[in-house]
Order: sequence, then C-alpha cells, then structure tokens
Amino acid sequence: MHLPQNGIINISGKCLKLIKIPFTLGKTIPFALGKNSVYLNYSTAILLYLSRKYNTPDHWYPSDIQKRAQVDEYLSWHHANIRANAPKTMWIKVLIPLFTGQPLPSEKLQEVMEGLSTSLKQFEERFLQDKAFIIGSEISLADLVAIVELMQPVGVGCDIFEDRPRLMEWRRRVEDAVGKELFFQAHEMILSVKELSNIQIDPQLKEQLAPVLMKMLK
Amino acid sequence: MTTKSNRDGTFSYGRGRRGQHRTEEFRKVNILMKVPALKDGSFTLAESIAILLYLARKFKTPDHWYPSDLQKRARVDEYLSWQHVNIRGKGSKLFLTKVLLPLLTGQPLPPEKLESVTEELNIVLNQFEEKFLQDKPFIAGSEVSLADLVALVELMQPVGAGYDLFEERPKLAEWRRQVEEAVGKQLFREAHEGILNAKNLTADKIAPELLEHFKHQLLKQAS
Repeated sequence: MHLPQNGIINISGKCLKLIKIPFTLGKTIPFALGKNSVYLNYSTAILLYLSRKYNTPDHWYPSDIQKRAQVDEYLSWHHANIRANAPKTMWIKVLIPLFTGQPLPSEKLQEVMEGLSTSLKQFEERFLQDKAFIIGSEISLADLVAIVELMQPVGVGCDIFEDRPRLMEWRRRVEDAVGKELFFQAHEMILSVKELSNIQIDPQLKEQLAPVLMKMLK
Repeated sequence: MTTKSNRDGTFSYGRGRRGQHRTEEFRKVNILMKVPALKDGSFTLAESIAILLYLARKFKTPDHWYPSDLQKRARVDEYLSWQHVNIRGKGSKLFLTKVLLPLLTGQPLPPEKLESVTEELNIVLNQFEEKFLQDKPFIAGSEVSLADLVALVELMQPVGAGYDLFEERPKLAEWRRQVEEAVGKQLFREAHEGILNAKNLTADKIAPELLEHFKHQLLKQAS
C-alpha cells in the first residue's frame, strides 16, 4: 500500500488539531501536512490531492469514471451523515467535558447515537450492501474516510461495530487492506483518547472555548 | 460546455454538446425534495457533487470547471468538501426554517428563530468571503469552476426564502454577477426560477410524506 503515512495519520490525528485550532480554516494547500492548520473539513481534499500528487495505486480513486463517481458519491454523502454524527461521540464523552469540567447529560449522547444509527443503516444498505468495500472488490478512499470517523465512537467506548457483523467484517477487511500495524498506529490517539481527560488545559482557554464547543453540538 | 444544476435536480446544458446524445435522465423529484439523480444507461448516481464531477469527466468539459492543475483542483475540492455542513447546511436551514416551518406549524415564525438561523448563515458567509473567495474573482482563482457553481446554487436557497444576503455584501454580489455571466444569465435565471418562487409555496402544494420528512428534519435542527 503506497498511500503516504502522513495522509492517514493526519486524518486520524485531526482530533488533536481540533483542540488546538478549532475554528480556523487551513488556508494553505496541505503539502506541508504535518504542521499546517489542516482543518477537519479538508480531509477529503487532502486525500484527493495526495492520491494525485503521489500517483497512488488506482483503486484508491479509480480512473474508471463510474467507479470514481461512486467514491465521490460516498464522500459527498459522508459529510452530512457519518461525519455529522460519529465525531460528536468523542466531543460529548471526552472533549467538551475536558473544557467545561463537567460531563454532558446522557440524552445528548443518546441523540447522537440515534443519528449515528440511522446513518449506519444507510451506510450498510445503500453504500456497502453485499460488497467487500464501498465501491466493490477493492478498497478506496471512500472506505478510508468512513472508517476513520467510525473509529471515533469506538475510541470513547461506543462500539458501533459490536452488533453489526457486516460492518465489523468490512472493518476487518479495511484493516487488512491498510495493514493492521499502520491502521492501529494511525488510530492510536483516538483509541486512547480517554487519557486526554487527564491533561491540563489553560483555564483561560477553557473559558473561551467551552461555550463555543457547546454550540458545536447543535 | 456549461452545466447548470438547479434545485430540482435538472441539468441544463449550454451549447457545445453538438451531436451529443443525451443519455442521462434526470429525475426531478420536486423543488423541495431536491434529490438530484443521474441515470446513464444502467448506471445511477446520487449526490449533486458526484454528479457534477461525473458529467465534467464524461463530457470532458473545459478545464476551468475542474482544473487539471493539482493545486487549483485542490482548492475546488476544498470548497466542495467544506460547503456541505456550512454554506449548504446553513443555507438550507434558513430556507427550511423561513419557508417551511410556518407552513408546517400554521404559525408565524418567531423572530428569534429567524434571527438565529440568519446569524448562523452570516457566520459561514463571512468564512466564505474571507477564506475561500478572498480577493480573487472566483474560488479557484481567475476562472469560474464547479466550486463557484455549487456555492451560488446553494446561496440561492436563502435568497429564494426572502433573505437577500447579497444586499450588504458587495464582494459577494460582484462574485455572483461574475458567476452568472460565466454561466449565462438566461440559463441561470431559468435554473433558479423554481427556488425564486419558493415564497409562494403553500402547504397543499407539498406532498404529505415530504411534509413529514421536513417536519422531522426541522424539529431536529430547531433544538
């Protein structure tokens, strides 16, 4: 697998970047990926840029226009669905309490989990279906983008794969295709995110960000 | 070739498709349930962005729509990916709140509600101007691209709802003028006829299942 490591680590590592620079938008093109305020929303653009610049193997973003369109279709749907819900679990369980000093009411998590459930149902029925990967027999950027978001609830103890064997099988295939070691390396931060609860945050920053973070939940 | 997508998912083509067989069928659901879909033979595709990209590739549209230059293309991708929850999200939220909510509840819209969705939209409009447009004529630089098309189409939603966001934003108004010109004023107007008449919508013109769907969506958003 030739996708540059940076790509994956940055996608998963975006979680920390969110804490540091929550609302700035990366102005620059991400060729200096590690340092820049490469913002969450651009991860799709970054992946596409990288796959083109480094001429990654075709299956990541197939040259066949119909297969490519299927990747685009998923990437487009993803934003308002999986990505709208999955990361919120992390915000609710770890990140916001980190700044506000208090846990959030359980209804908030429940709401998000319900939304996520609906998205997952659509994901399975509309995008995955009976195929090995989203666009067919080979892994693509679509699977990568999906799995990265879905690991976030796992990281905070909401194991969405638990009662979803088909999803779990897909996840295993994605892990294998990416390489188990690389996969877990990339998700190390997310899978140990609960440890973040122990870090100290500058009280001024806490005060500034707490209300803003709460608004983000809406 | 000029492609234009409008709210009800029909695509109009400008000149330049001489001899080209129209192989796609566009399913027009209705102005509100804007689910653009494309059928090309047995291949079906949803999601307006995916459709636009597919069409640009299939018909090998002029380069500026989706530039082959890596960095310019990345700018387009950047916008297309950001816009989902921002311009599109907030624009449609304003539209739903202003036009649909009163229809569903049978009550006039509480002013605070309108104020708050307008404020949300204004925040993303500021971001759009400052981060994406900046001092350039178009999002990717000196030429119009799919990013501008998608942006303007989404911005017509709040305009259709009666919120003229271009009024106090001269930079945005100028950008709009340039995009309209690049697309062709008539084609643009044709494409937006429906949305610009949205204010005249009454509940009886909307299918009951749709009303339910929007009720549900609005309740989620309204919290």
